[in-house]
Amino acid sequence: MEFHETTLENGLTLIAELNPAAQSVAAGVFVRIGSRDETEDVSGVSHFLEHMAFKGNDVYAADDVNRIFDELGANYNASTSEEVTQFYAAILPEYLPKALEMLSALLYPSLRHDDFEMEKKVILEEIGMYDDQPTFTVYEQAMQAHFPTHPLGRKILGTNDSVSALTSEAMRQYHADHYRTGNMVVAVAGRGDWEELCGLVREHCGGFPDGQTGRNTVAPPVGGQTQVVHRPASLQQHVMQLAAAPPADHRLRYAADLLGVIVGDHTSSRLYWELVDPGHAESADLGYNDYDGTGTWLTYLGCPPEAVAGNLDRIHSVYEQVNRDGVTSKELEQAQNRLASSIVLRSERPMGRLGALGSNWVYLGQYRSVQDDLDTVRGITLDDIVELLSEYPLAADSTAAVGPLESL
Amino acid sequence: MVQFEVTRYTRVDRPFVLPFASTMPSTATIHTLENGLTVIVEPMRDVRSAAFSFLVPAGSVHDPVGQNGTAAILSDFILRGAGSLDSRQLTATLDNLGLQRGETVGIQHLGFSGATVADRLPEVLSVYGDILQHPHLPSDQFEASRDGLEMTLHAMQDEPRQRLMVELRRRCFPEPWGTPTYGQLEQLPAISAESLQAHYRQLVRPDAAILGVAGGVDPDEVLAVVQETFGDWESLPGTAPETGEYTPVVEHIEHDSTQTHIGIAYDAVPYCHEDYYTAWAAVGVLSGGMSSRLFTEVRERRGLCYAISAVLNSLPQHARVLAYAGTTSDRAQETLDVTLAEMQRVAQGIEPGELERCQARAKSALIMEQESTIARAGAVARDWFHLGRVTTLEEVRGKIESLTVDTVLEYIHTHPADNFTVVTIGPEPLEVAGGIS
Repeated sequence: MEFHETTLENGLTLIAELNPAAQSVAAGVFVRIGSRDETEDVSGVSHFLEHMAFKGNDVYAADDVNRIFDELGANYNASTSEEVTQFYAAILPEYLPKALEMLSALLYPSLRHDDFEMEKKVILEEIGMYDDQPTFTVYEQAMQAHFPTHPLGRKILGTNDSVSALTSEAMRQYHADHYRTGNMVVAVAGRGDWEELCGLVREHCGGFPDGQTGRNTVAPPVGGQTQVVHRPASLQQHVMQLAAAPPADHRLRYAADLLGVIVGDHTSSRLYWELVDPGHAESADLGYNDYDGTGTWLTYLGCPPEAVAGNLDRIHSVYEQVNRDGVTSKELEQAQNRLASSIVLRSERPMGRLGALGSNWVYLGQYRSVQDDLDTVRGITLDDIVELLSEYPLAADSTAAVGPLESL
Repeated sequence: MVQFEVTRYTRVDRPFVLPFASTMPSTATIHTLENGLTVIVEPMRDVRSAAFSFLVPAGSVHDPVGQNGTAAILSDFILRGAGSLDSRQLTATLDNLGLQRGETVGIQHLGFSGATVADRLPEVLSVYGDILQHPHLPSDQFEASRDGLEMTLHAMQDEPRQRLMVELRRRCFPEPWGTPTYGQLEQLPAISAESLQAHYRQLVRPDAAILGVAGGVDPDEVLAVVQETFGDWESLPGTAPETGEYTPVVEHIEHDSTQTHIGIAYDAVPYCHEDYYTAWAAVGVLSGGMSSRLFTEVRERRGLCYAISAVLNSLPQHARVLAYAGTTSDRAQETLDVTLAEMQRVAQGIEPGELERCQARAKSALIMEQESTIARAGAVARDWFHLGRVTTLEEVRGKIESLTVDTVLEYIHTHPADNFTVVTIGPEPLEVAGGIS
């Protein structure tokens, strides 16, 4: 396993973790752009743009883009979060040159007006699809309740109104402002030759415009609101609660991952044994989500409406106890074993490695090998957990609910 | 954990995994114990992990009449303590072995699968020996187990897309092959700790059980552990369920949802059939990648929906193409019409490029599967179940390469897309043009 890094003249960074024993290779472009970089009037544009990427440029028509990726037998897709838009493909090594060319074509699409209007319909359908998934709805509501005055609280997809009102001109402007090399990294994991890779990226990406947009990463104020979406015909109640947790570049972010496993993993954790195992709730999870400049403890509860009050009490008494007494060395060791094993397993395939490679670069500006991650996880101590809890105690500052209850 | 990012394209089923296996002929070691348990071990190069897939023929098709949900409860109940370990100790032991595990309830099998660092596999298997042969099945925890399933069913009821696929399967397969794997709410009260314990004693047996193992392992060592752990498991032959009748239907389920969720099914040939790969290619032309017919015509050209896909779903004797589309209600009728028309239009001709793209995707997926111990363990077990043997990489590659436009069209003409079962969930019912042909 060898790591390489270079920056082209236009400021574009290429990183690669090459493994001659791999049978495939995964390539991705990570763009540090997401819904938090939008203003309210263009809410949803980052994600819409990700869709438009596949509509082709001056060389390739929309049909060509999908057809060529399929001809390569590529496993390809794209995604948008609050902070990152990524485009990626896993292919057999011989198809890497063409796959890189196609990935580069995705980044500077023509953004034709007719394509824009057609894809708008698809986006509105996507909003409709998530609307029928209560766990997604409750997440959107919780983020809004927690970050009411910050773009992190806005929906990744935008709303029906914001997407309907969006113009192709506004999208072109947003694209021109944000799709700049200082906001991107090209990452490759698996089998490949470094020199060849450099040549390909220079050829296909050497003309990308330079520049970088700033992102305000000052920790946003936390809302502490409660939002309830009343759905009388539903059977299950979904509740999500958020509280402050370490930001993505925090020294204790791995400790936060481990604490999430200990307290709120869905197969064996404090919450599991208190709520799920005895049959009080279908789900009771604690997770840690990290962002630039902030982070969240995310509590999710799924249970019958009449059991919500009792279950929230149970959750909060678990949290009180953890905040007060910390966790045991046995629990920490068990969580370390689980996390270490999942890191090893995920890393066995180039596609599994690509995500970690890209996001470490985007968030930390550094390369971390699998061994680095394992060493960090193994090195977390009970003192680290105590320190974490004193700075970021488990809590439920903001709440959202979707289901039969009219109020909490 | 709940963390969201939205992707360009999601499928109704799991992401594309070739529903067939692939290994070099000499690499898989196969051994059937005297009690019937078959073990297939495939050593893999350049991997640190090992994975297993244990298929026990106690899926929902075997649920006692009026007690649908038995298999689903059992998949949770069986983990509530085994051998000398109580529930928490059992979980802690598996966690400390670094096992990433999962339990699935299928129509035919209860599935137990997992992966960890290869040298821990023997210990893991010995814990599963206790889970399968010496579970505590504690009566005082039965209610908790059943309540858990009831809540899961409530949650599924609230998610129209999930509910749709359950309702579609129920209607498009002959009885009892569409039996909901997670059970039915109204039948849960009929299930008791005693009925579950009796069901366990009857069904969780080695006779037709399959254990697939793949990864950085030595087959002889694995076989020795399996023999020691499962050699004394007592056999008890089971009976095959009787297959009933099936008539295609069109049905609407009213639901106060934003979208109308459309499910379509029609006949295909099962995995054991000689034309299986041809059938697979026929579905691939329709819904293989983002350049396939449904994605292009329904989504890209008309913007009718975000999610649309069709997959080939195979049971031992029956197979169906299962398709899904979700769309806002005022465009649902057009979505259904266009989707059905595209399914039938394939019979009029296929471009060579369309087939070549299916072949390219299949070959690439075959190679990439060689990098995943979890995928390989699942594939060898599934192969054994459907075929009674493990297919080889060369065999599958050969079958894919030998596909031609003519053979795929011939398959489509002899197995046309018609006699549709259509289930919709949403605010308004839809019309199936011309009724069912």
